Amino acid sequence: MKIVVAIKQVPDRDAPVRIDASGKWIEESGLQFAMNEPDAYALEEALRLKEAQGGEVIVLSAGPERVGTTIREALAKGADRAIHITADDLGTRDALGVAKLIAEAIKPESPDLILTGLQSEDLGLGQTGVILAELLNLPHASLILHVEATGTGLKVKRELEAGWFQEIELPTPAVLTIQSGGNKLRYATLMGIKKAKTKEFRAVSAADLGQSSAPTVTLGQIALPSKQRSTQILSGSAKEAAAALVEKLKFEARII
Amino acid sequence: MGFKFQNVDFLHLDAGFSEDELLVRKTARGFVDDNLVPIIEECFREGRFPRELIPTMGELGFFGANLEGYGCAGMSNVEYGLVMQELERGDSGFRSFVSVQSALVMYPIYTFGSDEQKNTWLPALAKGEKLGCFGLTEPGFGSNPGGMTTTARKSGDGYILNGEKMWITSGSIADVAVIWAKVENEDNRVRGFLVETDRPGFSAKDVHGKWSLRASITSGLSLVDVHIPASNLLPGTGGLKSPLMCLNQARYGISWGAIGAAMDCYSTALQYAQTRKQFHNQPIASHQLIQEKLVWMISEISKAQLLSLHVGRLKDAGKVGHEHISLAKRNNVWMALETARMARDILGANGITDDYPIMRHSMNLESVKTYEGTHDIHALILGHSITGIAAY
Repeated sequence: MKIVVAIKQVPDRDAPVRIDASGKWIEESGLQFAMNEPDAYALEEALRLKEAQGGEVIVLSAGPERVGTTIREALAKGADRAIHITADDLGTRDALGVAKLIAEAIKPESPDLILTGLQSEDLGLGQTGVILAELLNLPHASLILHVEATGTGLKVKRELEAGWFQEIELPTPAVLTIQSGGNKLRYATLMGIKKAKTKEFRAVSAADLGQSSAPTVTLGQIALPSKQRSTQILSGSAKEAAAALVEKLKFEARII
Repeated sequence: MGFKFQNVDFLHLDAGFSEDELLVRKTARGFVDDNLVPIIEECFREGRFPRELIPTMGELGFFGANLEGYGCAGMSNVEYGLVMQELERGDSGFRSFVSVQSALVMYPIYTFGSDEQKNTWLPALAKGEKLGCFGLTEPGFGSNPGGMTTTARKSGDGYILNGEKMWITSGSIADVAVIWAKVENEDNRVRGFLVETDRPGFSAKDVHGKWSLRASITSGLSLVDVHIPASNLLPGTGGLKSPLMCLNQARYGISWGAIGAAMDCYSTALQYAQTRKQFHNQPIASHQLIQEKLVWMISEISKAQLLSLHVGRLKDAGKVGHEHISLAKRNNVWMALETARMARDILGANGITDDYPIMRHSMNLESVKTYEGTHDIHALILGHSITGIAAY
């Protein structure tokens, strides 16, 4: 099975985030980056499928030069080769624009399966994978925790709300967006880290893919959540406190 | 309990590490955080070596990581050092086990062994399917290994070994022991032998009552008329220089490991000081005496990081001297022990419990200061190096 995994490099979840001068993006200097977590699970699922079925895992990522670090981590974990869509202006593209780039890069590969995380940890749009399926005219399923190859197609486990799951079958080729937590993520072995250097790493520029970067959706402004210290402690007996609470909900918050 | 470890990189040294070096550290850090940190306090309390982690470490390539071929990862010495740092951030005893397997068992087989010995032992040791120990120190001879009384006598087409070894990490779980002995028929020249631990006459008894390195196994070995074939002699060994070459490898790793223990103590002390409030509802980190301690710690850790990194780069360039490694081992272990003690001060009464890693590191580091060349012996090695006069 030939599998393409689309991964994104995002700011590390523990990294302190500051907003840059434009007010439209975060200050990237000195920031630590990491593989988007749902994408790491997509890679893990792909590697497990390859181990069970044989085949090839191609990792694909769009972004500036620094993205190479995350791509090489994926190679160290066991992906067979990589495609880097070089683009310094990823932040100004919308989900459609990014999905178009990825779709164009994937087309010549004609994979059996395309996996990606269900959303990114930075923008959290949750659209790229689904739009990608539409652009490639392929069936898709989202929020997938587990993928099994049936021989004729795929059987996948979807996460629904409130602890419910759904099992569905779909033909290949297909696009799946993967939810975090379906598997235990592997570490890159030290041997894998050394071997990654010998693997094919192909760069293709966004311009070569022939896609304009003019977005239909633009990011107006970003802001850090403001800290609010409006906690009030209601004193008195439980009965008195409850009465005071009802009073506040009725006349201050006006929600009951 | 305790705090999640926060990276300690005051001098922005991370920016100077290669991508591979950072990936290697990430793997080791993730392994330690996920597998060792959750169980280490319990292991230490119970005096239990977490043997169940060996197969994963074998898969990840931690054993003999800086050796080439035979299933080893072929890491640089800096990468190997970063693995040691992270393992000892978890626990010195646990790191000691990996050091022994790598630097004191695999390294001598790799360096002094025959092709047959290498092919037999190295792939299995790299996977962790076989374990090894290193028998140099004796009950009566520690700092002066040249005084050893263990002997090897040529007999037919093999050797007969007799003697006692002491303070041997992994002694009772090892499949093979690298035993150093004086060969009677060779003017008492010291040579190394591979002794399978199931040979008649070989026994190992664990040292109990340790207040240090409780999560690793320490044994005494006894060899009574142990027959081994001539093919078990490590052919490249000759003289005391051979075991000292092994110790050099291990000491290099210790210099990095000690940084890890210190980083863990500092990270804990800093976060504790930022959250613990005492006077005027202010965190104790706002007090000058606490700040002075934290500054001492970060200064010494930063200097130790520079030192080990430099020695590692020298080693990778093939230009390191044993005296450079002595300087790094001596300084960094002293620094780590002082850091642990200072962190304990900052944590006050909380510092003495195993809710926090401080006392465990502190107790462990007392051993690390003594083994692989005591702090004072390294002073003499350095004194010898700079004056040309041996003062042992």
